[in-house]
Amino acid sequence: MMWKKLLLVPITLITAAQAAAQEEPSAFNMTRGVTEISRDAFDMHMLLFWICVAIGVGVFGVMTWSLIRHRRSRGAKASKFSENTTVEVVWTIIPVLILVGVAVPATAVLMKTNEPAPEPDVVVDVHGSQWKWEYVYPDEDISFVSNLASGSRDASQMNAKENPADNPNYLLDVDNPLVVPTGKDVRLRITSDDVIHAWWVPQLGFKRDAVPGQFNNADIRIDEPGTYRGQCAELCGSGHAYMPVVVEAVTPEEYDKWVAQKQEAAAKEAKQASAPYNFEVAMKQGKNVYDSACASCHQANGKGVPGTFPALEGGEITTGPVDGHLKIVIHGSEKNPVMQAYGDKLSDREIAAVVTYERNAWSNDTGDLVTPEAVEAAR
Amino acid sequence: MSQTADSVLDQMEHEHSHHGPRKGPLRWLLTVNHKDVGTMYMVLALVALLVGGVMALLIRAELFQPGLQLTQPQFFNSLTTMHGLTMIFLAIMPGLTGLANWMVPLQVGADDMYWPRVNNWAFWMLPPAAIMLWIGFFMPQGAPGGGWTLYAPLSSTYAPPSIDWVIMAIHIMGISSILGALNIILTILKMRAKGMRLWDMPLFTWTWLITGFLLLLAMPTLAIAVTMLLTDRHLGTAFFDATNGGDPVLFQHIFWFFGHPEVYIMILPAFGIVSEIVPAFSRKPLFGRTSMIWAVIAITFLSAIVWAHHMFTVGLPVEAQVLFMYTTMLIAIPTGIKIFNWVATMWRGSMTFEAPMLWALAFIFLFTIGGFSGLMLADVPADYQYHDTYFVVAHLHYVVVTGSLFAIIAGVYYWLPKWTGHMYNSALAKWHFWLSVISVNVTFFPMHFAGLAGMPRRIPDYPLQFMDFNMISTVGSFVFGFSQLLFIWLIIQSVRGGKKAGDRPWDGAKGLEWTLPSPPPYHTFTEPPSPQTVREEGPHGYH
Repeated sequence: MMWKKLLLVPITLITAAQAAAQEEPSAFNMTRGVTEISRDAFDMHMLLFWICVAIGVGVFGVMTWSLIRHRRSRGAKASKFSENTTVEVVWTIIPVLILVGVAVPATAVLMKTNEPAPEPDVVVDVHGSQWKWEYVYPDEDISFVSNLASGSRDASQMNAKENPADNPNYLLDVDNPLVVPTGKDVRLRITSDDVIHAWWVPQLGFKRDAVPGQFNNADIRIDEPGTYRGQCAELCGSGHAYMPVVVEAVTPEEYDKWVAQKQEAAAKEAKQASAPYNFEVAMKQGKNVYDSACASCHQANGKGVPGTFPALEGGEITTGPVDGHLKIVIHGSEKNPVMQAYGDKLSDREIAAVVTYERNAWSNDTGDLVTPEAVEAAR
Repeated sequence: MSQTADSVLDQMEHEHSHHGPRKGPLRWLLTVNHKDVGTMYMVLALVALLVGGVMALLIRAELFQPGLQLTQPQFFNSLTTMHGLTMIFLAIMPGLTGLANWMVPLQVGADDMYWPRVNNWAFWMLPPAAIMLWIGFFMPQGAPGGGWTLYAPLSSTYAPPSIDWVIMAIHIMGISSILGALNIILTILKMRAKGMRLWDMPLFTWTWLITGFLLLLAMPTLAIAVTMLLTDRHLGTAFFDATNGGDPVLFQHIFWFFGHPEVYIMILPAFGIVSEIVPAFSRKPLFGRTSMIWAVIAITFLSAIVWAHHMFTVGLPVEAQVLFMYTTMLIAIPTGIKIFNWVATMWRGSMTFEAPMLWALAFIFLFTIGGFSGLMLADVPADYQYHDTYFVVAHLHYVVVTGSLFAIIAGVYYWLPKWTGHMYNSALAKWHFWLSVISVNVTFFPMHFAGLAGMPRRIPDYPLQFMDFNMISTVGSFVFGFSQLLFIWLIIQSVRGGKKAGDRPWDGAKGLEWTLPSPPPYHTFTEPPSPQTVREEGPHGYH
């Protein structure tokens, strides 16, 4: 009876761990998540796990038995058999049956997971970009960039003064999370602006690659409000570890409020963009552009990353001739393909503003005011 | 008169074929002797194992705790990329090819490889390729950081200049592999001793025959993929450039049409090695020999039609996902048959546990664990969660390290006394085994947990919740890495001297190689083994 009791211990532990896993992400197991898709994936995972455990106990059991009983030091004499058709047929058929038993539910779940929602309530275009996510809500006329939060960014530098451990959500926090309403069908249309990324939030139950030139749809429906965190899951260059995905699921009322706020902010920004152009306006607009487009590599403090991304504070580019500075922002870098050409992505005025900002921010003090006309001429 | 001439000729022939190796370094540069070439492959593999291992330890050291301590992210990515390429193309593949060069002619009773001169060439392509691969670390912007999978456009549009060198290195290594494969296939098919039917061949030779054909399928495909990368970079084509109408996913299809067979190229000969060792130390014939061979053939066939299971998240049509899920799951059946047959071989055997057997047993246990995670990964809805996480890293290292590498080590311990004529220190070899087998699990087992909990692969820095698992893995990896120095020490000892091995150091070992003296003379089987010897050493000789 002793062995039965012993057997109960791991089973109790595993069941307890499983129960806990339903509430929040576990350290040892896949998260059960907050969508139907994620719960289906979790159930498939556990089914497979137990099948593997069962097969493992069988195979390793027989093997261990042989190792213990059939050793020469115990006087075991080798028998001569080397074939047994019945046995071989049996152990071919049993795995076939097990596989069929796995494939049937797997196919059902797979079909369900890929079934598009008939009429999504909210559509969001998700753009992966080195190394940030851009979220565009075409119906609401909202778009924003989601960057790694500055706390993580500062602590992630080599020889950083800040300690990663002081950031509770180290590398999992962003400045602007994706906001979606609970209980609604949300369609994410995922694509990329440069290399392949993958949009992944474990608690939502899937990852989808962000591939340039194609949209991969992912339909999610989150039942419970909350903040769900994940990371880019496809190697996308040196900033791969630094593009978290944060989804905030809020009630539909809060969502409407958030949409209104975002639209207001966008209107304000548009107003700013059409305000008469002067140094003060340029610096303000330039900082916005810098934070969304440049900070993920060159850092919010302009110090860059030694050996990888040049420092803009006191750097040759930002304190040298304006022409060279404009050229690299508009056309990208010939030497380093990672420095993108922003000529197509930003307007003349945005480029003028960000270049002005870079030439006067931090300890840079060139006093240069770059105008949209100068950008047009440099294109 | 003619009789005299004949005997003179005979004598000349005799003297000619028994001359020893050339003296000095030119021996190694110019040698066409399969044993020398095999030795050179093994030495290269060992050097690459150390170089790739140092890269792995740097990776693990960086991941010991959150934050960046040792490497900048770009350099970290270069390390992961080069670690993968080095281990696959310069450690595991040459290791297996080296074993084939040494053992295939001995096992089939041939006096050398079919094309000895080509054999020399195929080997000597590799050192320059290795230099071309590694030189990227010293180039401006460093070595490529796009992963060993070289996915476009990260490895085309956004790569440093050193990617061109890597592409050329891959081409050269590919040509070397193709020539090696052809040579092994021809040696097996054309040079078998009289009386050795195809079905009687030793399992190691069998698996290499099939692997040879798989190489002929896979390596040209890789060459196509990287050539397309190269033309995209320099000749204005846009195969993978979406802004000009190309498709980055196309690269993945072509790459994995190579890449999936590639993992079987690394494991099939390992199956062969284990199928030699387990019967020898169980003192029983291999159970289900015919089904073992058919299982390898089935795996080879299936390996060519499952490539898209590496791409379940790229947005394939759901029908394609279902199809690739089914074909992938099917591989579990022949693989299962192999495991069951090894276990049945041990069943009611008379087992002893010398170093080769210990490694083979660890192979069976741990490769099976890798197989289990493989079965889990095949399940698409769950794979949406596993894909590109440390769960995959754990899976692939259980398959490649405790699979391929362990089998190679087992093979070396099995055949080393034959090669050098000396036994190694078996107590030290057991230390090497236990240290390795414990530390390899400490290294890779926690990665399952980190992956399930959500840690993406290929990141230089990670969220706090993954810290404990990473610390454990790093400690394990250093123990595993340094344990391998024991292996090198044991090999050096055995080369220099030690207890005489005798022709057949393992009493249960069968095969033509054991009918030769240890070490075998420089030229062996200048007279083919007699049909009676072939019969006695064949699979039916046990009865």
